[in-house]
Amino acid sequence: METMLSWISTLCIGLGVFLGVTGAVGIFRLPNFFTRLHAASITDSGCAFLILFGLMLQSGLTIPTVKLCFILIFLLISSPTATHALAKTALDCGAEPTPHLHEER
Amino acid sequence: MDLIIDITLLTFLGITALAINRIDKLFCVIMLSGLYSLLCASLFVTMDAVDVAFTEAAVGTGIVTVLLLSTIGATDTQQRSAPHRPLLALLVVCTTGAILVYGTMDMPAYGDPEAPVHQHVAPRYLNESLHEVGPPNIVTSILASYRGIDTLGETVVIFTAGLSVVGLIGFRGMQKFGDRKRAAGITGDDMDEHLVLRIIIKIFIPLILLFALYVQFHGDYGPGGGFQAGVIFASGFIFYTLMYGLDKAMQVIAPRVLGYIGALGVLIYGGVGVATMLLGGNFLDYNVLMHDPLHGQHLGIFLVELGVGLTVFSIMLLIFFAFSSRKGLRQ
Repeated sequence: METMLSWISTLCIGLGVFLGVTGAVGIFRLPNFFTRLHAASITDSGCAFLILFGLMLQSGLTIPTVKLCFILIFLLISSPTATHALAKTALDCGAEPTPHLHEER
Repeated sequence: MDLIIDITLLTFLGITALAINRIDKLFCVIMLSGLYSLLCASLFVTMDAVDVAFTEAAVGTGIVTVLLLSTIGATDTQQRSAPHRPLLALLVVCTTGAILVYGTMDMPAYGDPEAPVHQHVAPRYLNESLHEVGPPNIVTSILASYRGIDTLGETVVIFTAGLSVVGLIGFRGMQKFGDRKRAAGITGDDMDEHLVLRIIIKIFIPLILLFALYVQFHGDYGPGGGFQAGVIFASGFIFYTLMYGLDKAMQVIAPRVLGYIGALGVLIYGGVGVATMLLGGNFLDYNVLMHDPLHGQHLGIFLVELGVGLTVFSIMLLIFFAFSSRKGLRQ
């Protein structure tokens, strides 16, 4: 059971780190604002959730897990909201959501 | 492992500092300076100074970033290029830095147990504070009890800073604020469409205030205390201001009331000191407050931290209000 949990936790943290790196690469490589926002939001949400979940599995049923759980819930609400606010503001300011990827390449 | 983390964080610090120097857009500079202080907070965590890290994260990353952002609302967003190359200034800075680095040569190595700072009063704090003062968090006992007068000084400094800001900047043009606000577009009117943000912020503000109270009253047992709690409490109100506009926030809590609260905090702190003197002890010697010295210490620290929290909260919010009210003055 213990080893099982530790494997799952390692997997979660590894996947979270992978998503974090992907997001960082995406911010630099993707063509326009909305696609880059998508990459950033992956770091905000998926990466953070997976790493926190992995840490929760590591610490077991203790007070730190409860605190991590609070942080997780906080991020679960705040990160998508921040992304939403950015996207909506960009849209209101007249940014074009369709990137015309095919025409450029 | 610690070494790798330290090197990485310090490298990022250097990169951020260089980027702050090179970039002309002030908005980016403010964001980077927020990042800089977050990195500093992480470094403090690696040094096991969680209380300092907490303060740095709350003040440096949170409040200062917001204050600077509200400042560029009243100025230009682009840095003006200097008319000449300030070579003399560069020389002075380099010389001073070199002297400082040379000065550190004589200092004991980091974490050296033989260092004078670890030999003087630190052993007494570490060994005796649990019997003499009580709180498991030694930082709190040092801050509020052993070094109570220092903390009183810090609280007075914050109070004075708030008074100076209001005295220098003031709330000029506040009576015409209502007329100007639409032209300047700084009310929450343009935020009306952000329905999702409004709902989320309505959910979050009570949680932020609750967390601030937790930090305030849990300071005896974990990292936290009056300074951090005051800043977090103020950030809850700043959140409200950003969403609903300055005039609505000033209806919730008026600047005059904030001034009174700030003075009340200093009064509570000083009053505890005077009370201990009247009861026959030294200034800020909490032992005499109750029959049991430990209970007296507990009560004294509680009151003192409350005073610090009140002052920090009200002054931070007051400074934010003063800065934000300038925005409407921009022609």
